[in-house]
Amino acid sequence: MNFVIYPLTLTTFFPLLGVLIILFLKAEHKNAIRWVALLTSLVTFGISIAVLAQFDTANPDLQLVARAPWFQIANWTVHFYMAVDGLSILLVMLTTFLTPISILSTWTAVEDRVKEFMIFFLLLEVGMLGVFVAQDLFLFYVFWEFTLVPMYFLIGIWGGQRRMYAAIKFFLYTMAGSILMLLAILWLGIYQGTFTVPDLIAKGGIPDAVQMVLFIAFAAAFAIKVPMWPLHSWLPDAHVEAPTAGSVILAGVLLKMGTYGFLRFNLPLFPEAAVKAAPWMALLATIGIIYGAAVSYAQKDVKKLVAYSSVSHLGFVMLGLFALNPQGIAGGILQMVNHGLSTGALFLIVGMIYERRHTRDMNAFGGLWKIMPIYGVLTLIVTLSSMGLPGLNGFVGEFTILLGAFGSEHISPWFAGISAAGVIMAAVYMLYMFQKLFLGPVDKEENQALKDLNWREIVTLIPLLVFIFWIGLYPKPFFTLMAPSVDKLVTIIQAAAAGLP
Amino acid sequence: MLLSEATNAGGNFSLVPLVVFFPLIGLLLNIIFGGRLGEKAIGWLASLASGLAFGVAVLLGISLIGSHGAGVTVPFLDWITIGSLHLQWAFRVDTLSVTMMLVVGGVGTLIHIYAIGYMHEDVRHNGDPGRYRRFFVFFNLFIAAMMVLVSADNYLMLFVGWEGVGLCSYLLIGFWYDKGKDGIGNAIAGKKAFITNRIGDFGFLVASFLMFKFFQPLAEGGVFSFDFDSVAAIAPKVASPVILAITLFMLLGVAGKSAQLPLFVWLPDAMAGPTPVSALIHAATMVTAGVYLVARSFAIYSLVPAAQNWVAIVGGVTALFAATIAVAQFDIKKVLAYSTISQLGFMVAAVGMGAFVAGMFHLVTHAFFKALLFLSAGSVIQGMEHGHHAVEHDPLLRRKMKQNERLGSTHHFDPQDMRNMGGLRHRMKTTYWVYLAGALALAGIVPWAGFWSKDEILAEALHLNPAVYWLLTIAAFFTAFYMGRQVIMVFFGEPRSEPAAQAHENPPIMTVPLVILALLSTFGGFLNLPFIHTFTHWIEYTIHPAAEAAEAGAEAAAHAGPWYMWGGLNLIVAGLSTLLALIAIALAWMIYTRRVEALKSLPAARRPDDPLRSMLGPVFTGMEHKWWVDELYEFLIIKPYVAISRFLAEVIDWKFWHDFFHDTIIAGGYRGLAWIFANPIDLGVIDGIANGLAEGVRGLAAQARRIQTGFVRNYALSVFVGVVLIISYLVFQLR
Repeated sequence: MNFVIYPLTLTTFFPLLGVLIILFLKAEHKNAIRWVALLTSLVTFGISIAVLAQFDTANPDLQLVARAPWFQIANWTVHFYMAVDGLSILLVMLTTFLTPISILSTWTAVEDRVKEFMIFFLLLEVGMLGVFVAQDLFLFYVFWEFTLVPMYFLIGIWGGQRRMYAAIKFFLYTMAGSILMLLAILWLGIYQGTFTVPDLIAKGGIPDAVQMVLFIAFAAAFAIKVPMWPLHSWLPDAHVEAPTAGSVILAGVLLKMGTYGFLRFNLPLFPEAAVKAAPWMALLATIGIIYGAAVSYAQKDVKKLVAYSSVSHLGFVMLGLFALNPQGIAGGILQMVNHGLSTGALFLIVGMIYERRHTRDMNAFGGLWKIMPIYGVLTLIVTLSSMGLPGLNGFVGEFTILLGAFGSEHISPWFAGISAAGVIMAAVYMLYMFQKLFLGPVDKEENQALKDLNWREIVTLIPLLVFIFWIGLYPKPFFTLMAPSVDKLVTIIQAAAAGLP
Repeated sequence: MLLSEATNAGGNFSLVPLVVFFPLIGLLLNIIFGGRLGEKAIGWLASLASGLAFGVAVLLGISLIGSHGAGVTVPFLDWITIGSLHLQWAFRVDTLSVTMMLVVGGVGTLIHIYAIGYMHEDVRHNGDPGRYRRFFVFFNLFIAAMMVLVSADNYLMLFVGWEGVGLCSYLLIGFWYDKGKDGIGNAIAGKKAFITNRIGDFGFLVASFLMFKFFQPLAEGGVFSFDFDSVAAIAPKVASPVILAITLFMLLGVAGKSAQLPLFVWLPDAMAGPTPVSALIHAATMVTAGVYLVARSFAIYSLVPAAQNWVAIVGGVTALFAATIAVAQFDIKKVLAYSTISQLGFMVAAVGMGAFVAGMFHLVTHAFFKALLFLSAGSVIQGMEHGHHAVEHDPLLRRKMKQNERLGSTHHFDPQDMRNMGGLRHRMKTTYWVYLAGALALAGIVPWAGFWSKDEILAEALHLNPAVYWLLTIAAFFTAFYMGRQVIMVFFGEPRSEPAAQAHENPPIMTVPLVILALLSTFGGFLNLPFIHTFTHWIEYTIHPAAEAAEAGAEAAAHAGPWYMWGGLNLIVAGLSTLLALIAIALAWMIYTRRVEALKSLPAARRPDDPLRSMLGPVFTGMEHKWWVDELYEFLIIKPYVAISRFLAEVIDWKFWHDFFHDTIIAGGYRGLAWIFANPIDLGVIDGIANGLAEGVRGLAAQARRIQTGFVRNYALSVFVGVVLIISYLVFQLR
């Protein structure tokens, strides 16, 4: 059982310790519960830094492996198999980084059933980390489905007006996609005799026709999660109804589980199918970029605007991944992180104003810069990051993605060319949002007395801003982390592409 | 010319990062300590930061003279490295970049100092204590971004600065974010500038994608870094349609940043910003970035004459188009804004034709005299505001104003409207004289700076592109006319409003920078005198094909040419343009003094506000309304985009996809199915068959009916049961 104290296992399951402690606390001791949850997530973050310290950036393969047979069905062994590589390390870090920030953001926003809230939140962290470190398809599926449960309750209990509707829709929609993936997982396990990802990649040799079916089955689950156009219908509901911290995690991490799924499973397991499907995936991604940006602009609810902008941003990620070359994939991975930071920050920002005014209608605001200058400056930076201003993180991701997609052998340069117009449209809706909230005269009586951000709120945003600048100005360490694994993945795909007629 | 690494290059080259970091340090100090500093200290700190950057630029220039113009690349930081892409943040020090640094640092510092006075005097932002610090932080940020742009060693770092200055422009246009039409006009103007520029940036981005796709395979070691040298080296090996596409997409970027057709519409609205902003960003420096980009890319533009032709035509048409609009504007800053667009057209046409040196020369002189004109216009505006202030506080004058004013109420008095001015040469003497110097330079009267540089462009155009030559010559005629009109309307005649009669001069902190700029506008042309050509030789260290292609003819002609060539100066061209300018000024004098006098006999109601209005009729209306380009874009682009995005959001995404498809078809379909199972099948069939077991069945039916209760656990349960069934089937079948 020594793998329990193994770095990755420890990171993944450490939040359970917090859950255990909170279980013994009285529900009335809200602050104690909050502190336990915050400290637990901070320690988890600390452990993940230890993981990062042990991570060998030169190694393209899975590292920090914790592996043991778990159980057997007939001849098939399911493994408890956790490891990271360049494709997942940043997402593990993103998860452990965003969780304490989200918890801190609930300090005054969640007053109701704090105990349950924190328990679900920490459980959610376990599920998300598990998804990113699991290297056995069965284990992955368990974590994948597990994340649904706490999120379902977070939306359903602490959400807005139509929370039950949103929660059910979120649950069913994602589950419907997962069913197909589960079938594909079973088929793979039966056909190849193993559930572990590296073994499956090594075996390969799946007939082309079957590969495409399996590709689509996996893609069904992941595309809903991303969400790719046109499977995004659950997203605005879930985001609008979810509490702030839920939205941060939903946008910051849960959506990345979809893009990560493509990266981890669809590309290396079914490389021939990936090459063949690439133009179609790029088409959906491009439509998503343009459609999401256009629809964002017409929103009146600021949270909905941010939600739809995710459809556009995640379209960029998908376009990068299916460029199937180093620039596109590396850019795609970085853009997952970037989106987690910027959109996470945007949801925090929306939450801050909602907590003050209890409305998210953009027409209810105007001129806030004068009343809340610190809030204004921080929002401006996040806005600029989200619309891809060079020098901030978003640009580095979008530029490398588009560069990769434009130069890709597998998809037409038109996709990148049209998607680049999404950069203009992003400026349109983001600047519109900023103008509606912060510029113009203060013509609403209710806004006159608003208080600027307090220290706790500033502290929740500052870490995000640090990374927004860091990635924008000096992204090298981030690319260094992922480079060998990305190259390895590209090699697998190139070999497959070479075999295609 | 060889570029050597900074490590083995002597001189002050390694100081170059400081041109960016001095202003950055300045703005950080102001952010951190600005709250405790007074207004003056904030302004001087920012000016010092900008001045130190200028000092570094001077040192770099001295080193360049020492190295006989040989430039260096100073690597600083690895930016993005993925596979075959290797982007560095490296600085480029050569005569071209240092010229830009000197202009940005020098003019920038003067405008900083002027702004200390201007932002203090400006009455419009009383009651906003943070604005002073905010202004100078943004101003320093602009200098830093502009320095990144001009000191970049590759296209992507240039783009970082390019968008950075766009951001500063956005922030400073909307500086008074609660002013303007309906309180939101200024903010909208800023947004318009940013978005229009983004359209240009889209072109820049696509150009860079094309570069990567086609240059990377030919790059040394297969690693492409976007740096100017390797682009220049690889370009001749690339198919010319690709180069044509790259240069034309880049032209879109140029049109955005340098306000050329069809993307010029943002610049006039940008005048909503404080006047120092208009001078620094929207006249002297940022808007010239497009010209700089083409000059920087001379190696690729020189390969495709078709692209050069397009650039030249865009520049030439813009120069004339904007000049006609400037004739019929009444806002003192709007005249200058359209003039800037027109002058940028001159520069773009020049670099487009391959006359890179002439274009850069005009860029420099224009920076002097247009910054001067904007700043003195700011001085006029504040003089008028002082006057207005005096009127407001004097009941006698206020009554007098109410009786006499054509424009009625004192509250809506516009201090920027030239119709309210007149006679200011007596009230604001310094401003008058410096304004005159700027106007003469712009009009191209010998020996003021604009004459030399504009003439060089015209002379080059005559033998490189005659069509463009005529466009520019007519534009030059209009230029002299609208400047004559403006000077007369503002400074001559009788004051046309009470505030104009009460206006007074501004303090020395504003007038001293004006005088320095006036001297530069007067003598700046001597940088490139006939026979000597200091500036040409300086730039030619960097842009050598320009020397071969464009200058060779002129140089040869200078020594052995026909009688009208005099030390590289084409006397016919110079004579014609000077003559036209003088005629235009005389015409303006006739119309705006004599004709105005004559019109005074008409009753006030029938008297036109501008004599040209009655002379030109609908043509004047067209020019006054900027040929309705904004309205056209509103109709063709903005309204459709808003409509499409509303339609997608409300009808397609929400009513159809969200409500109808998901909630009605899918959810409703499932409920319907559940009802069928629960009622007809369960109650009807099973009930009917097993009537005797009614009691038990009813319990079952009640269970089944729960499916439609909307609880997720029920749905989940049914899904889960299904999954278990499928798994068991697979497992057992395969055994």
